[in-house]
Amino acid sequence: MNSSPPAAIDLRDLQFTWPSQPHPALSLSSLRIGAGEHVFISGPSGSGKSTLLAAIGGIILPQRGSVEVLGQPLHAMPSRQRDRFRVDHLGFIFQQFNLLPYLSILDNVLLPCQFSAYRKQRALQQGASLTAAAQALLAALDLAPALWQRPVTQLSIGQQQRVAAARALIGRPEIIVADEPTSALDSDRQQGFLDLLQQECAQSGAALVFVSHDLRLAERFDRRVALEQINEAARAGEAA
Amino acid sequence: MKILLRLAARSAWNRRFTLGLMLVAIALSTTMLLGIERVRHEVRAGFSQSVSGTDLVVGARTSPIQLMLYAIFRIGGATNNMGWDSAQALARNPAVAWTIPISLGDSHRGFPVLATNGDYFTHFRYGSNQPLRLAQGHPMAGVFDAVLGADVADKLHYRLGDIIILSHGMGGMSLTQHADKPFRVVGILARTGTPVDRTVHIGLDGMQAIHLDWEGGAPLPGVHIPAEFVKKFNLTPTSITAVLVGLKSRARVFALQREIADGQGYKEPLMAVLPGVALDQLWDVVGIGENALLVVSGMVVVVGLAGLVAAILASLGERRRELAILRSVGARPLDVLLLLCIEGLGVMLAGVASGLLLLSLLVWTLGPLLAEQFGIALQPAWPAAGELQLLLWTILAGLVASLLPALRAYRLSLSDGLTPRI
Repeated sequence: MNSSPPAAIDLRDLQFTWPSQPHPALSLSSLRIGAGEHVFISGPSGSGKSTLLAAIGGIILPQRGSVEVLGQPLHAMPSRQRDRFRVDHLGFIFQQFNLLPYLSILDNVLLPCQFSAYRKQRALQQGASLTAAAQALLAALDLAPALWQRPVTQLSIGQQQRVAAARALIGRPEIIVADEPTSALDSDRQQGFLDLLQQECAQSGAALVFVSHDLRLAERFDRRVALEQINEAARAGEAA
Repeated sequence: MKILLRLAARSAWNRRFTLGLMLVAIALSTTMLLGIERVRHEVRAGFSQSVSGTDLVVGARTSPIQLMLYAIFRIGGATNNMGWDSAQALARNPAVAWTIPISLGDSHRGFPVLATNGDYFTHFRYGSNQPLRLAQGHPMAGVFDAVLGADVADKLHYRLGDIIILSHGMGGMSLTQHADKPFRVVGILARTGTPVDRTVHIGLDGMQAIHLDWEGGAPLPGVHIPAEFVKKFNLTPTSITAVLVGLKSRARVFALQREIADGQGYKEPLMAVLPGVALDQLWDVVGIGENALLVVSGMVVVVGLAGLVAAILASLGERRRELAILRSVGARPLDVLLLLCIEGLGVMLAGVASGLLLLSLLVWTLGPLLAEQFGIALQPAWPAAGELQLLLWTILAGLVASLLPALRAYRLSLSDGLTPRI
């Protein structure tokens, strides 16, 4: 066990059905993502992407199977511990509306450090202070200092997504989960955003789980997983 | 917890317009609730302050409440009279310190006329044992002298030396005037906030004088005694309405009450009423209407709270994204619940505080007007114990109400996961 580091994510025999739904949304036999690996997960809508991410985040508990993240069995943890684990080790970037409009850019970036002492401590290793760590990340993600004082609502979508990336990356969580983070951006900016994100993930050694239906982005990843193929529930749904 | 408080505050500030409206609604309902409670309290206090230091009110047998209403508040119909000799026998009782004979029945332009003697100005007390004070002039000296209460003088614009004509009977349309025997205003009393302010005071001899040529409530036909001749007659009254009695020792009050009820030493059946007891009985009757008012203002608070719940619930839809972001950075479902509760409670507390402030402002600006128009003396004051209790219940109700959207948010954040399906 000590010889090789545990996989970032290891899912086995997973099945999950949303409450009051007749069919499972997710049903897969195995998905393994290595530490530091950059994986592109593709799939049309309805292929169970949201459910997969919720399972990885420990937001939902599968009715069957095991979810191991960084060697920890999420499916066996009480919910409070899963909430703690999520903020300690995972950073999330959503499709859009990632930021709380009533917080400043810096406060948005530092949000995980407010809920997690672990992230806070690791962020302090990144910079002299929390603010310095956040500012370093923002600068690395190509956000000029002039923007830092602006209200979140005055940023362009691309800028907002980069702030969200900084929030996901602060305190160097081991896994970054990005749920269609580029779909609201035009194609030039998609490339730019992806470059920055992958660069920062590589910098901190985080595994990147990147979900998108846009296959043009897939080539830059270590591996591509087509969710509609491994999710038996999605195949059954299509057949029905 | 600190971060939750900060987030709740920032988030609420972000939606300050909607929440501000809710705050106004809650402030207004709080103002109404407390305002009604305070007016109720003041009316009650004003009621019980109308007479003070009087140990017994003695009159002919009737209902105790009726005697009190008539003798102290000048409300309701005339009771039977009692004989003057009974009043004098009462005054001679060794337990009695002082007596104030009063005789009612006439009026002046809607204000009751009370006939009494100098003892009224010496012994009558109101409020917390305050004596009557003359703002101008002096007590009655001549037969046709009158002393006005503050309201009478203000409303009718009377000054010292003015001549007034009394009417026979209380209220009603076609009152017979005592036009042949006018009275002169010799004194005006300082304001007391009690029924005294609305009373025209004359001497018992004056009362007797204007009824010399009367019999059975109407002028005797063919008999007319001019004012200048009245002094040739005996102006000692034959009967009066009631006697206010002060005792040398309050401990004797029940003994004397029983003695009077037993009729020992009096020619007629009499009754002695303890003002406090009669007032309490009276208040029991009024209390029903009073409680109805309180119920109504309670409902206003409920409506305000329903608005708050509706506003928070309606905002949940657009906040699901916000809650999911918080979940992704480690907020527990319980934190989401707390966040919403903090918001509800915060709006509630701010609303109640603004309501209190608004009430103080209203009392401060409109209080003098209320006192003048209705005799309700409201003072800006810290909430009394009863009011605090009301406020506490209001806030508690608010907390319970804000739990409703909070629980919904809790469930949503459990079922939404990280991607709200809106």
